[in-house]
Amino acid sequence: MGEFILELKDISKSFSGVEVLHNVDFSLKYGEIHALLGENGAGKSTLVKLITGFHQPNHGEIFLDGEPTTFSDTRDSREVGIAAIYQELSLFPDLDVAENIFIGRQPLTKAGMVDWRKLYSESQELLDSLGVKIDLKQKARNLSIAEQQMVEIARAFSIHARVLIMDEPTSSLTLNEVADLFRLVRNIRNNGTSVIFISHRLEELFEIADRVTVLRDGYYVDTKPITETSREDLIHMMVGRPISDQYPKLEVPKSDVVLSVEGLTCEGSFKEISFELRQGEILGFAGLVGAGRTDVANAIFGIKPISSGSIKLAGTPVAISSPKQAMNLGLAYLPEDRLQHGLVSDMNITTNITLPRMNDFSKFGWVLTTKERKAAYDISCQMELKANSIYQLTRELSGGNQQKVVLGKWLSTNPRILILDEPTRGIDVGTKASVHQLMSELAAEGMAIILISSELPEVLGMSDRIIVMREGYMTGEFSRDEATQEKILTAATEDVRARMGQ
Amino acid sequence: MTNQEFKLGSKTSGKGFSFLDFISRFREVGIIAFILILVIAVTLREPSFLDIDNLTDILMNISILIIVAMAQTMVILTKGIDLSVSSIIGLVAMMVGFTLKANPEFPVIFSVVLGLVLGAILGSFNGFIITIGNVPPIIATLGTLSIYRGLVFFYSQGTWINSYELPHSIKVLSKGKLLGVPNLIVVAILIAVLTFLFLRYTRLGRNIYAVGSNPTASEYAGIRPQKIIFIVYVLSGIISGLAAVLWISRFESAQTNTALGFELNTVTAAVIGGVSTSGGVGSIPGVLLGALLLGVIQNSLTLIRISPFWQLAAQGLLIIVAVVTDKLISKRIVRTHK
Repeated sequence: MGEFILELKDISKSFSGVEVLHNVDFSLKYGEIHALLGENGAGKSTLVKLITGFHQPNHGEIFLDGEPTTFSDTRDSREVGIAAIYQELSLFPDLDVAENIFIGRQPLTKAGMVDWRKLYSESQELLDSLGVKIDLKQKARNLSIAEQQMVEIARAFSIHARVLIMDEPTSSLTLNEVADLFRLVRNIRNNGTSVIFISHRLEELFEIADRVTVLRDGYYVDTKPITETSREDLIHMMVGRPISDQYPKLEVPKSDVVLSVEGLTCEGSFKEISFELRQGEILGFAGLVGAGRTDVANAIFGIKPISSGSIKLAGTPVAISSPKQAMNLGLAYLPEDRLQHGLVSDMNITTNITLPRMNDFSKFGWVLTTKERKAAYDISCQMELKANSIYQLTRELSGGNQQKVVLGKWLSTNPRILILDEPTRGIDVGTKASVHQLMSELAAEGMAIILISSELPEVLGMSDRIIVMREGYMTGEFSRDEATQEKILTAATEDVRARMGQ
Repeated sequence: MTNQEFKLGSKTSGKGFSFLDFISRFREVGIIAFILILVIAVTLREPSFLDIDNLTDILMNISILIIVAMAQTMVILTKGIDLSVSSIIGLVAMMVGFTLKANPEFPVIFSVVLGLVLGAILGSFNGFIITIGNVPPIIATLGTLSIYRGLVFFYSQGTWINSYELPHSIKVLSKGKLLGVPNLIVVAILIAVLTFLFLRYTRLGRNIYAVGSNPTASEYAGIRPQKIIFIVYVLSGIISGLAAVLWISRFESAQTNTALGFELNTVTAAVIGGVSTSGGVGSIPGVLLGALLLGVIQNSLTLIRISPFWQLAAQGLLIIVAVVTDKLISKRIVRTHK
């Protein structure tokens, strides 16, 4: 056997005459974690789909264990032990963990019935051997995303997957969960499985990956051992130019308080939240996923009812009971989950952008299409949207561009207060930088911004002040100068850690 | 990000549709193709198919279907379904029929307004159950399908209204002609055009699509999904009420089984026409073609003398063939152009 379990040589792939992968090479060693890196649209997904047999290359060869091979469909690749875990997890929500692990190959008794006892004992053994602690009888829908991923990995491992492809597994995990996930991934690597790992979070690649391959615009750029590269190096390879000032935060003189929240409480979600937000300020909210940050944002935007406390806008007390009212008061909220809460994906870019302010674009109930088109075009330009036309369905856009549509939609309402909930999750480095640039400019123009982010460097780099939440409570508040990664982490996790230590 | 990477603008002049828009229209092209094939096949066998009388007949037969399919489309666009349309037609037809029997001197416009009002009441009852009662539309309207039909019997005590009991004026409503075209067809076209414009160019129409496609995002954008959903059921009731009056006019009677089973035809027309049952997707031209296909199928089966015993089965078969062909065509096109 050679050094490589899987090798792709000189691979090209075209769709209806347009080449999207140009002579790409990729090689995966036995028992390595290999990161695949590139901006959205660089060709990562296409490459993965060639490996899983979903698409077939137009040119080039695939070698498995040194032998040339072809995968004519996904079944072929599964049979030789290639498994993929996608961002959209594929567990059966109403079945429990053990049933999910053994789906389609439940152990049977002699009578041909499902051997439940064996199913549970084998599942337990499997999870124990991987060091995963999840209740086997728990229904998949009750698991956190991290736990669901672990179940998927366990399932892949149990069917003797030799190559495991993970597409952005960490994008919605908390720090602790990422640590657990990485432990598990290393564990299966040490058991001989090779892992292809796709992620936009550069920092974590240095923690988990052995080697990294970078693609750009469908071209192969380079493959390097992770130890021989650096963050700047990788960004340079991905973008093709150095991104000089990563967090373009401008100094803005502080002025009037536009939003003040006092003693805001929502039973079961958060308690006694108080803060002030000034014009031109970016206020960061840090904390683990589930710390209640999104709930606070929802409460301010009128989606979630509050039990007590008060909200004042520019000194005037308000009771916001619906998003519509919040919008009329000059608030805008970019929700965390852009697909579920932000985008109407069956509608085109134009209608998405103008949706929240149809008031301005209709007369007697009729839509003023010319005015609407012009506004949508201007906003698309401002957002530097990449699309065929402003009438393209948003479903067809890349994640980064979808985010730009949602952001553009909210900016077009000309808010005085903008709440951004995980604005750069799952979008590529280039788009991320332009979102940061935009935030900075908006703040300089006097907009007050609340930034909720699970990415510490982002919160640290963009915020004037940072509030840390933990399990529904405010556990820290730091100015830009005093905030450090350590301080925030401590405030965000202290108690949790203490409890886990018991 | 630099400006060279900014690729928007090639086709933003506004009048242009992108290529993908074009592909999404292939559904309609597929149905047209199927209708043409059917027309050619039937004409070869029975040339009288193309007689103007026969074609008018087809249009007369699908006019009410088109009208109610418009209502059904709006409902399905919001992820819902209105199974009670047939019972609304039955009940409204009966009530209008009895009113006319007692007061034959009432002007036609009175019957129309009465139909619309009664339809609105029955539709809002659906709307209340679905929005305030939080009952899934299929269950709610399945319930009212029976309730309203039950009321037909209760109200009529099992009797019906015959042609001689109806004033002449109501019969003329559908049979009179405007520029040589029967009124019924004119009304159907008018309703279809209005629905098209309504869905495409009004705020409410757009909100219907938005709520159907993604209720949560719509709510975040300041739309109240429950309000929109309530409105579509009221609209559905109103349109069914209108259909009821036209029904009396065309068939010159109101019976206890008026429009029985008709709800499924409206759903079929909408679904063949490409309206997605998961909401948010569908267009009026497609639904018109769906209704036309149904009409052509029914007419040709009679014309080529397929036994009535077989007609329903043959109709069902043709519908399935039409939809499958259309799916295969569009799939193929999407694949080659993706």
